[in-house]
Amino acid sequence: MTAATHPLTAMITPAAPPPDCAAYEQAGGWQAARKALKILAPAEVIDMVTRSKLRGRGGAGFATGQKWSFVPKNAASERRKYLVANADEMEPGTFKDRWLLEGNPLQLVEGMILAAYAIQAGHGIVFLRGEYHLPRKRLTDAIEEARQKGWLGENILGSGFSFDIHLHSSAGRYICGEETALITALEGKRATPRSKPPFPQFSGLWGASTVVNNVETLCNLPHIVTNGPEWFLSLGMGADGGTKLYGVSGRVRRPGAWELPIGTPLRQIIEDHAGGMLPGYSLRALLPGGASTAFLDESALDVAMDYGSVEKAGSRLGTGTAIILDDRTCPIGMILNLEHFFAQESCGWCTPCRDGLPWVERLLGALEEGTGESEDLEELARHARMLGTPGRTFCAHAPGAMAPLASGLKLFADDFSAHISQRGCPLRHAA
Amino acid sequence: MVTFQLDGLQCSTRADINLLQACLEAGANLPYFCWHPELGSVGACRQCAIKQFSGPDDKTGRIVMACMTPVTEGTRVSIDDAEAKEFREGVIEWMMVNHPHDCPVCPEGGECHLQDMTVMTGHNTRRYRFTKRTHRNQDLGPFLNHEMNRCIACYRCVRFYKDYAGGEDLAVLGAHDNVYFGRSEDGTLENAFSGNLAEICPTGVFTDKPFSETYTRKWDMRGAPSVCVHCGVGCNTFVNARDEKVRRLLNRYNDEVNRYALCDRGRFGHGFVNAPSRLHTPLCLSEEQPTPVPTQSAMAQFARMVASGPIVGIASSRASLEACFSLQCLVGREQFSTGQTQQEQTCAELAYTLLRDHPGSIPTLHDMESADAVLVLGEDVSATAPRLALALRQAGRQNSFLAADAAKVPRWMDAAVRTIGSETLSSLFIVTPAPTDLDKSAEETFRAVPDNAARLGFAIAHQLDPTAPAVPDLTPFEAEQANRIATALGAAKKPLIVSGMQYGSPALIQAAARIARSLAQNTPDAGLSLVMPDCNSMGMAMMGGLPLETVMMRARAGAIGTLIIVENDLTRHLDPPEIVELLEAVPNIVLIDHTATALWQNANLVLPAAAFTEYAGTLISQEGRAQRFFPAVFPLSPIQASWRWVQELARALPPSAEPQLAPHRTDITAWQNLDDVLAALGTEIPIFAGIIKAAPDAAYRLNGQKLRSQTYRASGRTVIRSYISVRDQPPPTNPDTPFSSSMEGAYQPDMPAALVPSFHAPAWNSVQALNRFQQEIGGPLRGGEAGIRLLANHALKNGQTEQLPAPDIPPPFTPQSDTVLLLPDVRLFGSEELSMLSPPVVARAPPANLRLPAHGTATASHITFHLEGYGPQTLPVQLVADLPDGIALCPAHMVAPAFSFPRLARLTATRAEGDGS
Repeated sequence: MTAATHPLTAMITPAAPPPDCAAYEQAGGWQAARKALKILAPAEVIDMVTRSKLRGRGGAGFATGQKWSFVPKNAASERRKYLVANADEMEPGTFKDRWLLEGNPLQLVEGMILAAYAIQAGHGIVFLRGEYHLPRKRLTDAIEEARQKGWLGENILGSGFSFDIHLHSSAGRYICGEETALITALEGKRATPRSKPPFPQFSGLWGASTVVNNVETLCNLPHIVTNGPEWFLSLGMGADGGTKLYGVSGRVRRPGAWELPIGTPLRQIIEDHAGGMLPGYSLRALLPGGASTAFLDESALDVAMDYGSVEKAGSRLGTGTAIILDDRTCPIGMILNLEHFFAQESCGWCTPCRDGLPWVERLLGALEEGTGESEDLEELARHARMLGTPGRTFCAHAPGAMAPLASGLKLFADDFSAHISQRGCPLRHAA
Repeated sequence: MVTFQLDGLQCSTRADINLLQACLEAGANLPYFCWHPELGSVGACRQCAIKQFSGPDDKTGRIVMACMTPVTEGTRVSIDDAEAKEFREGVIEWMMVNHPHDCPVCPEGGECHLQDMTVMTGHNTRRYRFTKRTHRNQDLGPFLNHEMNRCIACYRCVRFYKDYAGGEDLAVLGAHDNVYFGRSEDGTLENAFSGNLAEICPTGVFTDKPFSETYTRKWDMRGAPSVCVHCGVGCNTFVNARDEKVRRLLNRYNDEVNRYALCDRGRFGHGFVNAPSRLHTPLCLSEEQPTPVPTQSAMAQFARMVASGPIVGIASSRASLEACFSLQCLVGREQFSTGQTQQEQTCAELAYTLLRDHPGSIPTLHDMESADAVLVLGEDVSATAPRLALALRQAGRQNSFLAADAAKVPRWMDAAVRTIGSETLSSLFIVTPAPTDLDKSAEETFRAVPDNAARLGFAIAHQLDPTAPAVPDLTPFEAEQANRIATALGAAKKPLIVSGMQYGSPALIQAAARIARSLAQNTPDAGLSLVMPDCNSMGMAMMGGLPLETVMMRARAGAIGTLIIVENDLTRHLDPPEIVELLEAVPNIVLIDHTATALWQNANLVLPAAAFTEYAGTLISQEGRAQRFFPAVFPLSPIQASWRWVQELARALPPSAEPQLAPHRTDITAWQNLDDVLAALGTEIPIFAGIIKAAPDAAYRLNGQKLRSQTYRASGRTVIRSYISVRDQPPPTNPDTPFSSSMEGAYQPDMPAALVPSFHAPAWNSVQALNRFQQEIGGPLRGGEAGIRLLANHALKNGQTEQLPAPDIPPPFTPQSDTVLLLPDVRLFGSEELSMLSPPVVARAPPANLRLPAHGTATASHITFHLEGYGPQTLPVQLVADLPDGIALCPAHMVAPAFSFPRLARLTATRAEGDGS
């Protein structure tokens, strides 16, 4: 593993503490920050990132350079702006950012310095999932060390640019991963999403310009600035640039996460890296990018794991961490488990999500318990249709929740009917 | 104007509104919950989903929330689109998942927005078959019931209570389908506008608790347009009554005054009309005991009194203009008193003349909401004029609206505007001796005793206009404060100065008027608002009369044979020794009032008057707005309007008595109805000539019919009374109004605004039916203006401006070591007379205490002080941060009903801290 092929994880040694400032520098760290602050103008950093075609790694895949371009151009000293690292990794089956946070927190710090410099934000905040205790400790240490070494604070490297980072541990709601809800939570209010427009780039945290970027997105920045956008683009296998942290969970031989060129085929990730299915299990279907992506079945295994290809296959790249459904696990039970999560994590702001998701959960529960009725399938399909289209609910929570349900209803139609005709879960009966 | 296409129809509408408003204004039925015209849009409920098409070729369109989408030129939308309809029906079905469907036992039933919207969407079959989630309800105090199971989570309550009204003890708790709208624990909702939740809530979560105690369905009540009598602001209300008992009071939208909200004192203060303290029959003093007598004997008794000597009349600032005027006609101007002390009258008359001559604007409450810099000088408006304080709270948000405008975010985009404005400065400055509830909306608050506040005011005026007199001995700190406030006011386009009579200080009122006048030289919209204590204080100030001191003087001189007191509790103006003196000096006292006030047992004759819910009359609010109130109740004889009692007295006068009275031009015995009184009033006192236009006269007919005061759904009148008798009774009538007392008559959305008895429209049975009565959402009513303003803006143009007399600038206040300056602490609940006869308001009135500066040396739990006329008073102590040294706050009208402020008192600690009992 070298920085040339695995820029994000090359410095991470499993079971070892993360590099300190000196080790980080020795391994190639701080080059980008130095280059940007000393040589590049903020607009040039934005331009590099735009040309690298880096897309948000949190799930939505919005082009990072474009996101930044909407921020008013005033210097950090003239206008209060915020850069927020979204480290609220709570999507079920997703554990990629944790790797970066625990393994190399200074990489995130440097990425944040670069992003903040690009958009001229004087204030940085890491919004960290509350349960991430080790990342909190390591980030706290890393931020403190960076501050002592002059990488954070007033007038960094004599550039005139000042920037510091505040670490905020979340009180714990999945919806905080949604950028506007995250901002609202940071203000000390209920974590409820806000409507856009106005976009956070214009009116975000306490009404000031704010950019929220995912941890993995930010960690790519030092390498793009150091090696250039062309190098970054060349790392990808398809249209997208760079590497991606992919993960696999479920009944595979080696569940885990790996840094691979973006666009690596799904089959390769599952068979080569995750070691294929455990003996006695075969693959039934999978959620390619976390809990809020649609199911794909075996026929889609050769899809390239990049944004466009997965979408063409009928799902989303999401966070890039796949959850495998095997042939001995009830798909309805799995969907019930997911919908229980989504219903519980609905913020309660808009009606369809607040009251629709619990209904879905109860319908699925009835199927599992054996009290399902034939109209229930129609009811589930209606919910999938009514809640699934973005724009009907306030934010993307309910459409995300409907992705596994809508695809599951098609893919597992026989299992659904069997739950009704056999008055319960056939697998449970068999067991 | 923009045009848009709604289901194929070309509609023309205002720019800068959203599609929901545009659809409603076009007359369409589009259901909604979370949107409220005064609260704006947040997109929570998803009920107003419609289809929007991107261009002429777009056949599929896209579902959007109408409330969150600006109307744009040429846009094409559909309410009838099948997909949109299915979605809206689905939204109701989701809301109903946990709703208990308890309409038959729900107080909201029949006037429930949720019922209306459910019918509107067509949802009628429940498919959800699982257990419903249930909540525990809270005891929220004497005003509101709480039934959380009915909640559909539209978030209106918290948005009104917290964001709009500044309340802090109601919140959204919990999450997902377990969101809970309540307090952190059981307890009284503290905000002064909590009662509005009963109207803001689209279903039966928050309902009117006093109303529930004698509950009736909406359709079985008579409604009448009315005016609040519990302060000088003049909020418009509906009175609802059944069985000749007032059941409740609702907000009556007046776009310039109260708009969508009332304060709790106004909403729940009406209980005095049903209270045991009401008078029902004439009483004569017989062997020192008030004894019921027939009207005829009472009149004969009065006729005998005339021989004792001159008749003097005492009117009241809480009585209708007609009551006061009839009394003035009976006794003559030279024998007519306003019923106020010299201090009260001086302040009120000063306020009237300063407003009348103000060269800038005399803003309505709605005007105040858009003031871009406000100075409140020496008045706790949150207690003396609560609805005005709520308007000022909105004014404090002006800068966030400007920031939103700059960001091209529409002002109705509520959450976004609040985010953008989250760190903008408020434009509100408050100078008062003590903290007020409005303080948290202010940019800066200054604590100063009234004299020092007046001095600061004069200094601001001098800053703005160097020709205004300078203030001597100003400290550098005060000069800096004056400079800062003057700069903010001077830079504003629509500055506003608010003061009032709370501290009985003419200097304060003059200072406020001086500032407003200085501002008006360059800013024509510079506003002046002066708060008056009672519902007809302005009317009394305009009418004029003798102060009570003159009455006392004449009484002492034995120059009063009979004193007629109309709707005035003199113990609130004269202290006990003066009352004793008056009772001894005057042989005959006639008391006309609806309530047995303090002197009823001392009066030789007591005549039972109608309360404001039982007759038609006129009040003039502090902004000079004459407004008519109408009866919802037809009181049993002999209760009648005060002016009719005065008329009866006039008829009872023996012919020989005439010469004793001052000659008057009006023959009050000839009056047939209210319109005759109003005509005579306009002739006798020309400044009142306009009030005849405050509402159409009794002869008014709509489509040839009287106006109905019940809904078409009213249960038959024999049914309503069937528990007493099934015999049909003819409906009662009233010669003073164009209303029928029943469901028969005309009613339509463009009926005269002053005569609307309730808001109801096909498919709209809740208070939200208001949108059908408005020219545009949030705009004037289709039936025009209710009431008429007697004071004009910019009354005196430049050049005409009369020179103000040289002000009496008080010397700076110096704290004394041995005495404190006692100042009146006006309470929202507790200080106002009539509401303190209403049980729910009494329950909310905090016990009297003495508030002292926290940094003082007082450590006692109780303090005794001597009040002249009342003797020693002992009160528990409450320490208040930031009070100026050398003062103490004593609750107004609670400890000593007639204690005139300010005065000095010596305090003695009676119980030390930790002393226990």
